[in-house]
Amino acid sequence: MSEVINPGLAASVQAASAGEVLLVADRITRRFGGLVANQDVCVTLPRGKVHVLLGPNGAGKSTCINMLSGDLPPSEGTIRFMGKDITALTAAQRSQVGIGRSYQRTNIFPKFTVLENVRLAAQSRRQQPWRIFSTAMKQQWALDKARACIEEAGLGAKVDWVAGVLSHGEQRQLEIAMVLATDAQVMLLDEPLAGMGSDESARMVEVLKRLKPTRAILLVEHDMDAVFAVADTITVMVNGQVLESGPPEQIKASVAVQQAYLGQEDSFHV
Amino acid sequence: MNSMILKLVGLALLACVPLTGESFYVELAAKTLVLAIFAMSLDLLVGFTGLVSFGHAAYFGVAAYAVALLSPKYEAASLWYVLPASIGLSALAALVVGLFVLRTKGIYFIMVTLAFAQLAFFVFHDTPLGGGSDGIYLNVKPTAEIAGWVPFDLDNATHLYYFILGALVVVYAFLARILQSPFGRVLVGIKSNEHRMQSMGYLTFRYKLAAFTLAGGLGGIAGFLYAVVFGFVTPELLSWHQSGNVLLMVILGGMGNLVGAVAGAFVFTGMQEVFGNWTKHWQLVMGCVIVAAVLFMPGGLSAVPARIKRALQGGGSNE
Repeated sequence: MSEVINPGLAASVQAASAGEVLLVADRITRRFGGLVANQDVCVTLPRGKVHVLLGPNGAGKSTCINMLSGDLPPSEGTIRFMGKDITALTAAQRSQVGIGRSYQRTNIFPKFTVLENVRLAAQSRRQQPWRIFSTAMKQQWALDKARACIEEAGLGAKVDWVAGVLSHGEQRQLEIAMVLATDAQVMLLDEPLAGMGSDESARMVEVLKRLKPTRAILLVEHDMDAVFAVADTITVMVNGQVLESGPPEQIKASVAVQQAYLGQEDSFHV
Repeated sequence: MNSMILKLVGLALLACVPLTGESFYVELAAKTLVLAIFAMSLDLLVGFTGLVSFGHAAYFGVAAYAVALLSPKYEAASLWYVLPASIGLSALAALVVGLFVLRTKGIYFIMVTLAFAQLAFFVFHDTPLGGGSDGIYLNVKPTAEIAGWVPFDLDNATHLYYFILGALVVVYAFLARILQSPFGRVLVGIKSNEHRMQSMGYLTFRYKLAAFTLAGGLGGIAGFLYAVVFGFVTPELLSWHQSGNVLLMVILGGMGNLVGAVAGAFVFTGMQEVFGNWTKHWQLVMGCVIVAAVLFMPGGLSAVPARIKRALQGGGSNE
């Protein structure tokens, strides 16, 4: 009952050099009945880069992340990871090859402690379900990993707190710690800074910068200071389609993007 | 540590029951212990994995029938053969059923587990295999003989009682142990947030199937013991009443608490006896008590100590 779907693939990803493309979405489309939530969206995530998805509410950013993470099957299009077609893999299988995600709406284990939340994430990398007589809290490697990730996400003082009583911002930090603990090479982060105070936001931006050289990161975020602090590529989505994609300077200068955001100037200070 | 002392005191009290010499009470306590094992096995699913099975009696019944069918008609079968065989058969049944039912969730899961249990009920009720609605007698109880040496005798009520009490301790220790393991933590994680477990790379179906199979096998221990205590098996053992009763024991005791499941079994059978002596409409009284318990005692019996403690300390309720 080994849970690692493809250890060879996972290992080759660890060894991949910076700049190498890890994840490619090729014209993925998702329809909900008559509604086209994503149409022919293309995303390329190379290691060492942060790719930001921008767009007004309802533009299809979360749908896009859900397709990349395996939470939603695409109606059309293919998703490749390290050159292999992973379109048919489930969310759990994609997590095993090295694609991790956080959720826009906090998705944690509210009754568990912070440590147990992250420890479970760490344990997922070395599952030994047949060892039913071992003790979870004596697996030192998982505990060490969990503590390190909690520290990295800035929750070190709350290790033993019950997750459900943390503030909203702290629960967001916990989400990040959980993604970190899965050693994800591709990180899909859906509005990780939403609801965080400015101190925590700044801290998370630092965390993202630290992770960037070794990972490929897709970021959905509305905090423009953070976006321009970390983005290498920005893709702007409107009504389920890619409006424009390019380096931050190009997006800042784009007339089409400016027009798309007219009337939404409050949320898009370029 | 306090809870450990309480458990040992409880165990000591249970161990004293045969000293009363009242065979009625010894048999009643033995039956209750069997149901307590049954309730603990269901609690693994309901209380720890979040799988509300409404067909758990099927595995109880499969094991009970296995003993009756595997034993020769007029001589004793070996305990060391029929016990593992009946546990294995009930676990196998759970594995096969689990492959289907675990593809559903929520209310559908409840209904499909019930449907499979009804299917099993009718297999034993309507086919020559199970002897119809009268069931089958287990004329001779299994013998514990190993190469001429007989460590204990299941025909002796006291020996049988301690054998069942031993089984209860073993099942409790086994469940408590696996719940501490990484496997157990995954089950509790699935109960809390299965979607997140999947997105962290856990193939939750396999874990649920393992839990379902384990619970079926442990329920089989209870079914085996039941058949040995009473000496006959009927399709009623697989009926939905039986599935419902054990679910009520788990709920009364407080889901997700093994000692609670044991307490739930004792309170449930205790109520059956007491109300049954009062009135022939005992089920009505019992229903009212259960409704009241669910309404006014959230968390079941296992939450009562904490509530008392809070009431004494705080004097008020600030929940």
